[in-house]
Amino acid sequence: MKFGIIVFPGSNCDADCLHVMKNVMKQESEYIWHQESDLSAYDAIILPGGFSYGDYLRTGAIARFSPIMSAVVDYARQGGLVIGICNGFQILLEVGLLPGAMLRNRSLKFICDTVNLKVRQANTPFSNKLEEGQIIQVPIAHGEGNYYCDEKTLQELNDNKQIIFTYCGPEGEESLEYNPNGSLANIAGICNEKGNVLGMMPHPERCSEAVLGGTDGYKIFASMLNYLEEVGR
Amino acid sequence: MKELTYKEMGLLDEEYQKIIEIMGREPNYLELGMFSVMWSEHCGYKNSRPLLKNFPTEGSQVIQGPGENAGVVDIGDGQALVFKIESHNHPSAIEPYQGAATGVGGIVRDIFTMGARPIALLNSLRFAELDDARVRELFSGVVAGIAGYGNCLGIPAVGGEVYFNPAYKGNPLVNAMCVGLVNTDEIALAVANEIDSPIMIVGAKTGRDGIHGATFASEELSESSQSKRPSVQVGDPFMEKLLIEACLQLIKEDLVAGMQDLGAAGLTSSIAETASKKGLGVEVDVLQVPRREQGMTPYEVMLSESQERMLIVPRTGKEERIKEIFDKWGLDAVVIGRVSGDGMFKVYEGEELVGAVPVMELTEGCPVYVRQGQKAEYYQRCRAFDINSLPEEKPEPALRKLLASPNIASKRWVFSQYDYQVMTNTAIVPGDGDAAVLRIKDTSKGVAMTTDCNSRFVYLDPYLGGVLTVCEAARNLACVGARPLALTNCLNFGSPEKPDIYWQMEQAIKGMADAARELDTPVVSGNVSLYNETVEGAIYPTPVVGMAGLLKDIDYRCDMAFKDEGDLIVLLGELRDQLGGSEYLYVCHGIQSGAVPPVDIKNEKSLVEMLLSLNADGLCKSCHDISDGGLAVCLAESAIKGGRGFTVDFDFENKRTDGVLFSEAPERAVISINADKLKKVQELANSKGLQTQVLGQVGGKDLLFKNCGQEIIRMSLADAGQIWEEAIESLMK
Amino acid sequence: MFKAIIYVTLKEGVLDPQGEAVKKSLHVLNYEGVDEVRIGKFIEVWLKSQDEETARRELEDMSDKLLANPVIEDYRVELMEVV
Repeated sequence: MKFGIIVFPGSNCDADCLHVMKNVMKQESEYIWHQESDLSAYDAIILPGGFSYGDYLRTGAIARFSPIMSAVVDYARQGGLVIGICNGFQILLEVGLLPGAMLRNRSLKFICDTVNLKVRQANTPFSNKLEEGQIIQVPIAHGEGNYYCDEKTLQELNDNKQIIFTYCGPEGEESLEYNPNGSLANIAGICNEKGNVLGMMPHPERCSEAVLGGTDGYKIFASMLNYLEEVGR
Repeated sequence: MKELTYKEMGLLDEEYQKIIEIMGREPNYLELGMFSVMWSEHCGYKNSRPLLKNFPTEGSQVIQGPGENAGVVDIGDGQALVFKIESHNHPSAIEPYQGAATGVGGIVRDIFTMGARPIALLNSLRFAELDDARVRELFSGVVAGIAGYGNCLGIPAVGGEVYFNPAYKGNPLVNAMCVGLVNTDEIALAVANEIDSPIMIVGAKTGRDGIHGATFASEELSESSQSKRPSVQVGDPFMEKLLIEACLQLIKEDLVAGMQDLGAAGLTSSIAETASKKGLGVEVDVLQVPRREQGMTPYEVMLSESQERMLIVPRTGKEERIKEIFDKWGLDAVVIGRVSGDGMFKVYEGEELVGAVPVMELTEGCPVYVRQGQKAEYYQRCRAFDINSLPEEKPEPALRKLLASPNIASKRWVFSQYDYQVMTNTAIVPGDGDAAVLRIKDTSKGVAMTTDCNSRFVYLDPYLGGVLTVCEAARNLACVGARPLALTNCLNFGSPEKPDIYWQMEQAIKGMADAARELDTPVVSGNVSLYNETVEGAIYPTPVVGMAGLLKDIDYRCDMAFKDEGDLIVLLGELRDQLGGSEYLYVCHGIQSGAVPPVDIKNEKSLVEMLLSLNADGLCKSCHDISDGGLAVCLAESAIKGGRGFTVDFDFENKRTDGVLFSEAPERAVISINADKLKKVQELANSKGLQTQVLGQVGGKDLLFKNCGQEIIRMSLADAGQIWEEAIESLMK
Repeated sequence: MFKAIIYVTLKEGVLDPQGEAVKKSLHVLNYEGVDEVRIGKFIEVWLKSQDEETARRELEDMSDKLLANPVIEDYRVELMEVV
């Protein structure tokens, strides 16, 4: 499979994603500069973390106007797999591929930590190698991961089973205490209605090798591969 | 802008006379400004240069010692580490967020200027105590500034140290270290070597910010420092990120002859340093320099310290390709002058020559002061302080107080604001080990790094304190399994014009040099920050050491957490009870005094070798050196990190209990091992001439300390963990 | 030439953690009468445009597209002609 990793000025997890896809998942992978506009060669697209355009104005606000983003929107509308991690998630929100918006963390501080996530849906292209209800550990690192949407949207997310990952305690407890940033309904990751676009604040690429202290992230990328192999693009 | 006199620019009468001699005339305002910034302590090292000569700077591992933007050390496989530590104390005292942020920006530029990809940040911070609201504001501002800048760049902040002591009231210390990775055949140096080469500037536009920052950094802080506020620059990490990517691309394609960042003293310094290496000259036209503000004078353009700017000397014929690369990243590269052969630094404003100074005089002509140090009056008094006159604090309350001391408590509040995992290399994260460990992708290697300084020791006994600082750094690296390679230092002191401060510098440097020589960790780069004083006096002498080391096999790294019930806890080294200069004396008795525990550097070296052998053989399950808070805190931290209690029985007589528990005497570490490995460990220790003592076992839910079977402390693990984890957090609420 | 001032504020009902924090510290400073603090952005834009109406339309357009995020933010444009 061939993975494309989009690079905006200010992306800083692009190399991490490329490393995991290439050297850990053993897939063909390459960078796509934000000024390009053709995604036809790729089986899946990754929008990596970072501070695109310094995250000046609002996180992801300027990146969404890069030429590549209209290609990403088309690609997603045609059913292509798109995963946005951290800043990538923020960009997906700004461009409207996913509903809602990000506010500053409740603590007003940047938070770097490893958190527990509960897998809420296991029958998606991004989580089919995980079990529903499983607790996984994935690092976070963000200043604006406080997910917000209006009540109607939240209802839809629930009804359509679009909430994929929520923050929780070691035993799966969901409470404010285990929610690192104050996000609505403890949301850590959501997908679109069709299920082919995922945005998540935690960083699966940071826990795909044992040397880094965990391999739960590996399963998310393995799920994507599994889906692509079974269903094709 | 009001014109300054030479005295207001920080020059002495005799220095001004020397300038007139060099020029053969009175310098004009621009020329005077150029001399004053280049001859400031910050750029010219005029007070410290003679002392710095004492440092060992050579070794088979050293590729580049002091004198370039950063030091370079060989780590095998055609790879090298590039690193340096630098201070941003004064700017941070005035505007903590931007001061700290631009400090990070500056040190990162030093690293990628060498052609290296920055892979880690560390820092060393000192503040007064957190019960003061202004200190909390400084502390949170500095941490947020480091985070705001480093996180945006995507360089993990993997380690560091934070201390709180009244000695830093009004004069916090903010030292930032950056480590880069480079292929040895891609190391870039800041040299212009061809006459007529164009000189380009790229990055942010030049504004009036930070004019005379280098001079400012070389003065004592006073009330009027507040009115010098414009000296503080604002950082733009996004611009810096673009510069990193673009400049590293230039080096990959071998397009530049010389590259230099614009730091202290701006264009003046970067151009002078680039040209002077080969004794060449330079002509610049200030009108070509892209500006952010209107009506700037040549003086302002040449002295501006606007951040995120780089100077580039292209290889012949590569200008166009360079512009193309910068263009891709949305950056403008502009030719502002050319290299000349006459050894003069000529500044033009259009056609008009507005200043001309011999380049070498700016960089080498700076007067050097060899001063006479004088032993500080407090030295004998503190050494003679009789600790036996103090009552012993009850062990358990004392341990509680120590665990709650912000100098010992968990620094999670700090490092959780730093992105310490980006770049996916961090194999031992902050707080988990005695040093940070990063894997090097595509190899089995790892590198480790740490920053250390026990400034209380250095104050009480500058020589011993200097030795101990280097020893602790080496010990920390060995504890995680890394062989210490080399060090960088940031020498933070008060005013060198005061004989007792000069004595502190002299002695501390001698101590560091002796230890560095013995431990084979030469000094490859560094920075000096003097005049760290307020009206209330000088800071504690704080010569911070940043040390880097190499793990041949990343799988044999070791953290500090106890792992399994039943593991034996072994002390490497002896039970010692010297309490001089300990955190215990301060926290429990309010005293910062006493004789600093002596150290035998040779013995310390044996311990380092022992730790390396143990880790290379995979014998240690955990490893933690004894430092702040002594043996008791060392054990407690390993227990808290591992989520496992322990029982230890010291079995001593004729020693103070508080001494054994809380002495910060060196040459010691505590390891935990599988019981069947004990014999091997003891044999190894014997062969290195080191003592070992089995203290007890990992297990249970309590921290249980005994002596000769008698219980002296029993504290629940949960309790200890809560005190240690929450101390700083609760002070910052 | 026109100069516009655009105020971008969080929508009513959207939690403003920054505003909450500032409110708390104002209370600590004994400004107990402070009931609510909301923090927003203040953006100045200078633009050339044929007339005020066009300028306003452009500004609203750029606010909708980029300067504000309609999911969480409202905005208000003030416009003046400058030489």
